[in-house]
Amino acid sequence: MELRFTAQKKLNPFFLDADFTIEGNRIGIFGPSGCGKSTLVGLIAGLHHPDRGRILIDGQPVFDKAEKVKIPAQHRRIGMVFQRPHLFPHLSVKANLLYGYKRCAEGQRKITLEHLVDVLQIGDLLHRGVNNLSGGEKQRVAIGRAVLSNPRLLIMDEPLSALDDSLKFQIIPFLKKSCETFAIPYLFISHSLTEMRIMAERVLSMTDGRITAQMTAEELARDAMGKSPVPYTNLLQLKGPRRLDGMFAYRFGDSELFISGSGREEALYELSSTDIILFKRHPEAISARNLLQCRVGEMFEAGNRIGIGLACGNETLVAVVVKQAVRDLEIKEGAEIFAAVKATAFRELG
Amino acid sequence: MFIFSHSDYLAILLSLKVATVATFLSLPFGFAVAYLMTYRKFRGRVVLDVLVNLPLTLPPVVVGYLLLLLLGKNGWIGVWVLQPLGINIIFTWKAAVIATAVVGFPLMVRSIRTGMETIDERLIQASRTLGAGPLDTIVTVILPLSVRGIIAGSLLMFARGLGEFGATIIVAGNIPGVTQTIPLAIYEYVSSPSGDAMAIALCTVSVTISVAVLIFHEWLGRRMVRVD
Repeated sequence: MELRFTAQKKLNPFFLDADFTIEGNRIGIFGPSGCGKSTLVGLIAGLHHPDRGRILIDGQPVFDKAEKVKIPAQHRRIGMVFQRPHLFPHLSVKANLLYGYKRCAEGQRKITLEHLVDVLQIGDLLHRGVNNLSGGEKQRVAIGRAVLSNPRLLIMDEPLSALDDSLKFQIIPFLKKSCETFAIPYLFISHSLTEMRIMAERVLSMTDGRITAQMTAEELARDAMGKSPVPYTNLLQLKGPRRLDGMFAYRFGDSELFISGSGREEALYELSSTDIILFKRHPEAISARNLLQCRVGEMFEAGNRIGIGLACGNETLVAVVVKQAVRDLEIKEGAEIFAAVKATAFRELG
Repeated sequence: MFIFSHSDYLAILLSLKVATVATFLSLPFGFAVAYLMTYRKFRGRVVLDVLVNLPLTLPPVVVGYLLLLLLGKNGWIGVWVLQPLGINIIFTWKAAVIATAVVGFPLMVRSIRTGMETIDERLIQASRTLGAGPLDTIVTVILPLSVRGIIAGSLLMFARGLGEFGATIIVAGNIPGVTQTIPLAIYEYVSSPSGDAMAIALCTVSVTISVAVLIFHEWLGRRMVRVD
């Protein structure tokens, strides 16, 4: 999917002035609250119209002030998942799901109710009213309703921000699986760096109504590391654990990670870059249960600290140390190094 | 025990008929005006707002007189619409319906607007992004979600219609069995030296119907708040 956006919109006192072209199927729009992310996607979806400019999706204009093109929202085939589910309260779950499907031209109906219900695991909810669903169930139905309208682009406007952490990481797999299974390109809007790294490949960074940068989600995380006192966080998608002395051992690159977690078959863990201790030589004996032999990859400045990419087989971790430590340990690209991590340093996200 | 005369029964039935017809006649217009006021931005919105609410503040007699000027033989609508079609409205029960509709209209619009204003804007946006056009959205989202407001507005207007007097007596007169509603019949009994008992009897009927309607309206209102 290619999105070209050159438009302005004045909403007193806020002024949105964005000019960008972006390609990809997993696009993120990242920025602080109030920077104009929702206004931007509202213009793309056709919920509002720019004062001037043009918006093209895959080369086709959906808005062009000069050419007087203004395709209404209902004809753009852009599905939306909002911050809150916003299900139609007078309709059943099934009727909510089918609302967009019924309005989609028959030739464009590629996703069926049966398949969607299977992916989102909402079969037992179909005949219930929406007012009796839990928060997570409601959001799954909202995702399903937008996906079943067979959109050419799905906009997710902070769909996780109203959920607590545990629910958030239960919903993310459904979001990803729906879009991957049905091959729907999406725009994912969030002010959460973690969500952005999980959901997006390319990211548009937004500040005060303007797009200030375009980068990968990983570059965004490293960029944020230099600007913020919050350290870089490694996100590790691990699966197939084996139980060992009250811990769980997950395969990671060419070694194993020992983690004190719930031991779920497939889980997402976060590991702070400051929780990794580096050793120049093998430390012989150490209480930390993970000692990984790594090769130093990319090194980059992060404020007054240094970020160090650690290649462990085909996996990479990022550790952050102060400059003095880099000098003392003579860390340089290509050098062998040992990284120690406590089993309790991993936080299970979902 | 009061024994109502034939014309008293006719007055009670006519009151119910006039209030019912006026309510149903006003419904589509009330919904349309409430929709415009809630969802559309247009020039003249303030003027429309004032016009719709004017009967609330004007004395009903003034409303009746203005209607008489409009619908009468020399009025604009009378001359250009009614006479060519051979329709005579003034001093018929239809005139009472129009008077009741005009006086109760602001109450209906206000209730429907209140119902519409409780609908989350995001629901309307969701329906648009799911492929529903404006009319489709009105029928499938706005109408069902404002139905409690519509019912509440209708009940309020019906109750107001039962008590309509000032505008009705000007445009429909006070003809027993033809245009005489409960309030007009009460007025007539009160004007006669021996009519107090019958006036009280009709008052009792009027109060009973109104209280029943208002209790139902209140119950519905509480239910609206709980659900929303």
